[in-house]
Amino acid sequence: MLTNRRQFIKKMLLTSLTMSSLAFSKISLGKWIAYDFGYRPIDKSLSELFPNKTLQKTSKINLKLPRRAENGNVVPITITSSIENIDTVYVLSEKNPVPLIAKFTLDPSLETYIGARFKMKETCDVIVVAKAGDNYYQIRKRVIVTLGGCGG
Amino acid sequence: MANRSTIKIRSKHFPDYTLVRTLIAHTMETGRNKNQDTKALIPAHFIQTLTFKHNDKVVSECHMGFGISKNPFFSFKIKQAKLGDKITISWKDNLGFSDSKDHIIQ
Amino acid sequence: MKFLILSLLVLSSFTAHSTPAGDSQALRDFYQQQFPTIEFSEYADGVYAFDADSKAAWLDIKQFPPYEFSLETGKILFNRPFSNKSQYADCFANKGIAIAQLYPYWDETKQSIITLASAINDCRLKNKLPALAYESDEITYLMAYMADTSRGLFINTRLPKSALPAYERGKAYFYQRRGQLNFSCASCHVDNAGKFIRSEILSPALGHTTHWPAYRLKTGKLGSLHTRFKVCNRLIRAKVHEAQSTELRELEFFLSYLSNGLPMNGPSIRK
Repeated sequence: MLTNRRQFIKKMLLTSLTMSSLAFSKISLGKWIAYDFGYRPIDKSLSELFPNKTLQKTSKINLKLPRRAENGNVVPITITSSIENIDTVYVLSEKNPVPLIAKFTLDPSLETYIGARFKMKETCDVIVVAKAGDNYYQIRKRVIVTLGGCGG
Repeated sequence: MANRSTIKIRSKHFPDYTLVRTLIAHTMETGRNKNQDTKALIPAHFIQTLTFKHNDKVVSECHMGFGISKNPFFSFKIKQAKLGDKITISWKDNLGFSDSKDHIIQ
Repeated sequence: MKFLILSLLVLSSFTAHSTPAGDSQALRDFYQQQFPTIEFSEYADGVYAFDADSKAAWLDIKQFPPYEFSLETGKILFNRPFSNKSQYADCFANKGIAIAQLYPYWDETKQSIITLASAINDCRLKNKLPALAYESDEITYLMAYMADTSRGLFINTRLPKSALPAYERGKAYFYQRRGQLNFSCASCHVDNAGKFIRSEILSPALGHTTHWPAYRLKTGKLGSLHTRFKVCNRLIRAKVHEAQSTELRELEFFLSYLSNGLPMNGPSIRK
């Protein structure tokens, strides 16, 4: 009787461990959330995307961005990081009417490397937030976006 | 003419990683631009979700808004991919259109 | 002071016994003096030869150019047979492949400048098809495909004697002040080449014809050189000549001759 109970408890423990590891091993964004991609100022966007989270400033995320964007319509960015276990990356443009540009999940089989092209409305900081489990990190980089002179 | 794919995928295979790049034909219209002639607002039309699969396993899910540039480009690096592995890029936009494409790493 | 002397030299070389070869040499010497670190072939890259930061972003985007889909369309359009079973390949030398660098050229029989766009429409008319509007996507995509097959090939615009008046008119257009702002092409692209106008670098005229059609980040689509001429004229509030008008063909002819020796690198990307 005792052995069966022990076996039963062991089995339950194993099952719950497996279930919880399954739950954590695959990050899924779920459905696209219109609210996240709505018009609001950057502060509100950050506080609502990351409620009660500390976004630790780090130099361990590298943003390859032009110092000056020739045209705000297409700003190329490449994000890399030496921080381990990053599972989600968020890209925001501080002064865009909709600050959140995109969010990306990264399976462990991928390097922490994302390339993308996005729009910037005006000179401001590009903000990248990286989530590694329960830890959130951020880095900002200023990009100059000017009005054209003769581009027409 | 049969509908052409809106997705182009290119890969570069190295011993320690495989670079995967994709370019998608999509207007990524913000909904804030006006038609030059009619002066009417052009409705927002943009990709919302993009999925990147490696051998049928989702390795990256992307959610985006119209802040991503027209003709979206994305690049990723797979740590260990083999020649012959399959890459799949799929997208879906706010008007319900979608497309998907497979690519074999060579 | 150096600049003044140089411009005087350039000017005097024009007013004296100027020949087209002399004109080109004088302008090239001028640019070389102004920008000693820029290699001749780099002029094909336009403004990107001048600013490392914007060049880096440009190269980034060039790795997977946003015009790829339009280029693909151009190829499909080029290879699609006409209703009479003939095709574009039948109208051009070498089946239309790797010949874009031969345009514009002076046709001695017709005594006129033939541009790639006009040649495409000549082909269509010959095959009982309606001409394409010169700023249409269709003709732009066709030109993009044909230019792409000429990538890396050198411009070598010939100037037979009968072409000289057309060349001179093109040159006069380039140096003629116009519009409300009273600028000539040279005001920006010679006198102020490499300098910033507000936030943009002004490209030198040398290399102006190498990289067309160009995908503009601003418009999100491919546009032709003549469209660009029109925009420039509109911006300086001058009369806007139509795409493929005689004036603009002559201007293109002059600029193409100036760019002799530079490699074709279109379609390309510009802001």
